[in-house]
Amino acid sequence: MEILETAFMQRALIAALLVGITAPAIGIYLVQRRQALMGDGIGHVAMTGVGLGFLLSTSPIWTAMAVSIAGAVTMELIRAYGRTRGDIALAMLFYGGMAGGVMLVNMSDTGSTGDLSAFLFGSLSTVSDADLWAIGLLAAFVVLVSVGLRRQLFAVSQDEEFARVTGLPVRALNLLIAVTAAVTVSVAMRVVGLLLVSALMVVPVAAAQQLTRSFRTTFVLAVAIGVAVTLTGTTASYYQDVPPGATIVLLAIAAFIALTALAAPLARRRARLAEAALGVPGDPAGCVAGVPDARRPGDDVRV
Amino acid sequence: MSDPAISPLSASDPVITVRGARATLGARPVLRGVDLTVERGEVVALLGANGSGKSTAVRSVIGQVPLTDGEIALFGTPLRRFRQWSRVGYVPQRTTAASGVPATVREVVSSGRLSRARFGLLSRADRAAVDRAIGLVGLADRAGDSVSALSGGQHQRVLIARALASEPELLIMDEPMAGVDLASQEILAGTLRDQVAAGTTVLLVLHELGAVEPLIDRAVVLRDGCVVHDGPPPKAVGQHALPGHDHVHPHAAHEPLRTGLLT
Repeated sequence: MEILETAFMQRALIAALLVGITAPAIGIYLVQRRQALMGDGIGHVAMTGVGLGFLLSTSPIWTAMAVSIAGAVTMELIRAYGRTRGDIALAMLFYGGMAGGVMLVNMSDTGSTGDLSAFLFGSLSTVSDADLWAIGLLAAFVVLVSVGLRRQLFAVSQDEEFARVTGLPVRALNLLIAVTAAVTVSVAMRVVGLLLVSALMVVPVAAAQQLTRSFRTTFVLAVAIGVAVTLTGTTASYYQDVPPGATIVLLAIAAFIALTALAAPLARRRARLAEAALGVPGDPAGCVAGVPDARRPGDDVRV
Repeated sequence: MSDPAISPLSASDPVITVRGARATLGARPVLRGVDLTVERGEVVALLGANGSGKSTAVRSVIGQVPLTDGEIALFGTPLRRFRQWSRVGYVPQRTTAASGVPATVREVVSSGRLSRARFGLLSRADRAAVDRAIGLVGLADRAGDSVSALSGGQHQRVLIARALASEPELLIMDEPMAGVDLASQEILAGTLRDQVAAGTTVLLVLHELGAVEPLIDRAVVLRDGCVVHDGPPPKAVGQHALPGHDHVHPHAAHEPLRTGLLT
């Protein structure tokens, strides 16, 4: 395998693997709470962080993370406390973040708008050793949160009001989800790019749930799909001259389509099995069980 | 705060004490001085028309709606300092137990056990309690199924099982019978009967008494945010006394009215 012999491809593949694990792992909670596009919003806000990195001549990964955490926390607070038109406030944040990024990059001595594109669409070949350490550290945090606190995060994302009555620290957990999503965006920035990162948080989950019935299998399958498409996409970009970010996202969508096509026959098979478990098909006895008789009116009045 | 009637835990304290509760939603006063006491082992129904404040009342009891005035205590502890949430089972007003990602009945019900499994680690006893709660609502054979494959009545049963998973002493239910057919209502009433027999205190918001009527010790009727009746459950009158009578809901006002009048 010559692909594994070059140092930059080793780094690229490790980064891709980590993104393939982390993005769906936190993305599943965003999908569960029907905030699938939150990752996209954080991606936009992170651009200001990248611009800031250029301006301060430091690693954009850390500035992007700081700014996207601030953005994600703001979004969560708007969601939690916002009484009127939260979507307008979010739009301000998204586009303000994007415009801020372009502005800051152009103000810096070293950068130009062209330099942004490596962050917008991903640029695996430029992943440095220092970047890899940062990505590894942040990915460990994301995995720790999304797996270690899965029951709490599941409960909060499933039914916030109920979770509060079980005594869970709902506000803290919501903020933790927001912060973890922001960290994931900074992890994935180099691999798929800020504009495509949300796809990797959402599409593997959407693909997995075409087939699954439980949260646990959805989680495992989504991560497996995430890892498969990031590794395949990165490898493809090595052999063919294709952009890795776009390849990865298109592969994920292809996986979604393939699993959706599989879902219908699988559902039919499950239905057949369920029917077989009830009894011989066509047996009328299987059709009249279980429902107690309804009460009848005590008099002859009809409604 | 230093009210002598609200003192730390003692066996004789009422399970729920609400005194002079006032709350507003936006600019509209929804609760205008509600008093409500639920004693240990009682089954109290909160009745009233839509918009009378009954949902707001129960949601203020569990701390979801802040009061502008008045005080609330659970098990003798002021709500602000109440932390023993595993003693409370809550069934929110929902029509579905599903969310954006598939989850099995057991997974959803397990989240009700988190109030006893603080760090999210479910022990063998916790898992047994979850399975017991699923059995109580008659869904044992569906425990591994996705909740999105369930019917409306089964969704309500999942929500109730989730509340029962912590083996609560107090069960608070917000319209558990909404959108549930009569057969499922009977199953829910049976579950509730067993809970009450085991000594559970119940506060439930109802639109109508229905299948749970025999269980109810006391009915509190709200109108415009005030308690207008506190005593034995009122007898249903007229066509409302019929088991199969029509429901005409205000939110359907733009549709042609089917009044359900006798023809």
